[in-house]
Amino acid sequence: MVARNSDGKLIARPLSPHLHVYRWPISMAVSIGHRITGVGLGIGTLLLTWWLVAAAVSDQAFATVQWFLATPIGLLLLFGWTASLWFHFFAGIRHLVWDAGYGFDKPHYDRSGWAVVAATVVATVVLWAIGLAVW
Amino acid sequence: MSDRTPHVDMMRSPLGRARGLGSARAGAAHWWAERITALALVPLSLWFLCAVVRLLGASRQDVVSWMAGPLPIVLMIALVIATFHHLQLGLRVVIEDYVTSDAARIGGVLLVKGLSVLLAIACIVSVLRIGF
Repeated sequence: MVARNSDGKLIARPLSPHLHVYRWPISMAVSIGHRITGVGLGIGTLLLTWWLVAAAVSDQAFATVQWFLATPIGLLLLFGWTASLWFHFFAGIRHLVWDAGYGFDKPHYDRSGWAVVAATVVATVVLWAIGLAVW
Repeated sequence: MSDRTPHVDMMRSPLGRARGLGSARAGAAHWWAERITALALVPLSLWFLCAVVRLLGASRQDVVSWMAGPLPIVLMIALVIATFHHLQLGLRVVIEDYVTSDAARIGGVLLVKGLSVLLAIACIVSVLRIGF
């Protein structure tokens, strides 16, 4: 790989082994999952913006959003949005705990990684159970 | 070399260190802003999820009368600001990590910032129009 030295000169740097040679420990999966769900939630803000703008504009525009969200594609997007939000929420709290200086030893971050996955599944199922009951 | 005890040379002045300014001269500001918006988003996103569940299948009139309350309008604007600020900070890190070409990286970061600001303004204007 070609990169720049600290004095600006171009030099060839050695490459480390790429991702595919590693096993996938839970900490690695949660880490990349945090990024992917973050990007996904960024795309989800388009949905939030559409919903708010439509509610501000007219009855018809708002009815169109509500209709779209109830279609299979809309439901799939909503499901992805809620699951991503919960994952990013719990993994984010894990990051904040790390920032406070706790939970760095291996048994601890293995456990907290699995806890993020479990909490995401439970919270998503509970939210949809409540949601479908009141919808 | 091996007979000397390991040590770290301090290349920063104590004043620069105290101000939290590193070699990038922006110090930890980006990191802090990401954490503070994250902290704000913990209660705000829980509140918003409750609101979404309450408003499932709602008519526009339901949304208007809900938003007219002082709490929803304030919390919605807080949520929008924290969300788009956090989003822009986070996507910047992702772009800077994976995009190696200077032009694409700078262009991508600027695009993300510009879109975040525009979407945030669209959301805030809409919230105000619904609420008033």
